[in-house]
Amino acid sequence: MASFIQLLISGLATGAIYALIAVGFTLVWQTSQTINFAQGEFVMLPAFFVLAAMDLGAPFWLAALIGIAISIVVLGVLFKFVVVDPMLRHGVLPLVISTIALSLLLKESAKDFYSAQAQPFPPLVPAIDVHVLGAAVSTQNLAVLAVAIVAVGALHLLLSKTRLGRSMQATAQNATLARILGIPVRRMVLYTFLINALLVAIASILISPIYLAKFSNGETLGMAAFIAAIIGGFNQVRGAILGGIILGVLDNMSAAYVSSQYRGAFPLIILIAVILLRPQGLLGRVEERTV
Amino acid sequence: MSRPAALVLVVAAGLAVVAPFWLKPFGVYQLSMWAVLTIAAIGLNLTLGYAGQVSLAQGAFVGIGAYTVALLTLAGCPFALAFVAAGTLCFVIGWVLGYPALRVQHHYLAFVTLAFTTLVFLVLRNEEWLTGGTYGINGILRPSFFGFSTAKPVSFYFFCLSVLTVLSLATWWMLRSPWGRAFLALRENPIRAASLGLDTRRYTLMAFAIGSSLGGLSGALYAPLVQFIEPGSFALGLSFNVLLMVIVGGSGYFLGPFVGALVAVLLPEWMRVAQGYYLIIYAALVMVLMALCPSGILGLVERAANALSGTRKATPALDPKGVEP
Repeated sequence: MASFIQLLISGLATGAIYALIAVGFTLVWQTSQTINFAQGEFVMLPAFFVLAAMDLGAPFWLAALIGIAISIVVLGVLFKFVVVDPMLRHGVLPLVISTIALSLLLKESAKDFYSAQAQPFPPLVPAIDVHVLGAAVSTQNLAVLAVAIVAVGALHLLLSKTRLGRSMQATAQNATLARILGIPVRRMVLYTFLINALLVAIASILISPIYLAKFSNGETLGMAAFIAAIIGGFNQVRGAILGGIILGVLDNMSAAYVSSQYRGAFPLIILIAVILLRPQGLLGRVEERTV
Repeated sequence: MSRPAALVLVVAAGLAVVAPFWLKPFGVYQLSMWAVLTIAAIGLNLTLGYAGQVSLAQGAFVGIGAYTVALLTLAGCPFALAFVAAGTLCFVIGWVLGYPALRVQHHYLAFVTLAFTTLVFLVLRNEEWLTGGTYGINGILRPSFFGFSTAKPVSFYFFCLSVLTVLSLATWWMLRSPWGRAFLALRENPIRAASLGLDTRRYTLMAFAIGSSLGGLSGALYAPLVQFIEPGSFALGLSFNVLLMVIVGGSGYFLGPFVGALVAVLLPEWMRVAQGYYLIIYAALVMVLMALCPSGILGLVERAANALSGTRKATPALDPKGVEP
């Protein structure tokens, strides 16, 4: 029982990080039909911005803020205007290829310009175990959970309670109609890119103390984000949150109770099952096809 | 096909035959690698460029083919039989993997095939009793035919080149047949194709299975070429690589895979000066190419040729060449 609680909490913590990544992924997909194959690398990179800022002598909190700011500029603004916008007129496939190439570019850049070795990354809180119901739970996991819940909660409030958020939702659901209603659609699309950049930067700072900052981290993280988004439903922010949490818990449980060698396989099998049995995802809506 | 294009093709074919005689062994090895990867890319071009199904599983099929041939030949089975077995096995697995393609399209399919590739990698790595795990399989022999051994680099290259020739002629023939046209109809408008009475189910599965089986045959040559295989070679990286070959060359052009594979094999050599930065440059070039001309290098060539001859024919992206009536 004690080990179960331990696994559950660390699973929830990983799941919350996956959820952050998946929510950004879905938001960008909804408003601009961009399937960002580089999303994993987007999570890998901000940690290196933070480390670079710390190398220049900034304290951790300042370096984290600088890292987030650079991420918003590079992974939000530049990504949209330099990579996505020129490609949109060509349709979905060339953009997919372009983001695959971008993931390669970011990965190799982090390796060549920073380091090929895994870098230790300062934790948010000192790692102490606290005892809950007989289980030793790391404060790191609790901190990750808390930050992720606050971030997702704030995003949810923004999207559902404010005028800005509703405009963004309208843009996601039907851009033409939103434009007719006087919503500045282009600006709303830009905002979703900025939010995505912010979310991946937060995820990066949360996950790097656990996994260390390494150029190849993006592969598994990106995969987790896709799977979470698809399990939950590609066109639903709530779905992405649910998918991320299911994935995180399942990942930890299966590694402990079934097979650690095939740890990577369970999410993939669930992915295939969901796509075959319920392609719109657990919470998703069916998208109509037109001739 | 226009006269200059035919001339270029003849010169290129001539070069492919003559080149190994003045290349060093490593150059011949790379040329063989080009022939092997071209076969995989032709398969993916069939699935993606003609039938319009995005697959990120081609690398996994190359792996399945390579392991099949390695295990069978080391167990004493003749190469020809192992070669056919690799193609058949991948055909069957491709057929089964095609089922998700019936239910979902585009990006979902990309993810299913991506998941499949990772699953294959995990099986190759974890099932040590069969695949040797991370140690891989060593000492794969190159085949002999009628007392003629292909152990030397040059003779193995010609073996690869002849297999490539036979397979590309077969693909060419198939694309001109009613099947080829059905594949195109699938890509252009699946719902319309279905309403015109085309059995889209069967043709989608067929496109997937044939493309995958070409991937398997490519792997069947890969194993004896490299003579050492391990799971890492067939992870997601290879699938991405083959996909980039098809796109960079020009997806939906018959000759696209030949050009794309050539770029992918030669570029690291040409960019020796750039050293470790070559992948960064390659990725940046792909992104620029996608922004300027998503129909790849052959699309660019065609555009240039049209501009030169003054004919301003509107060519849509991914316009297939060579299968027009």
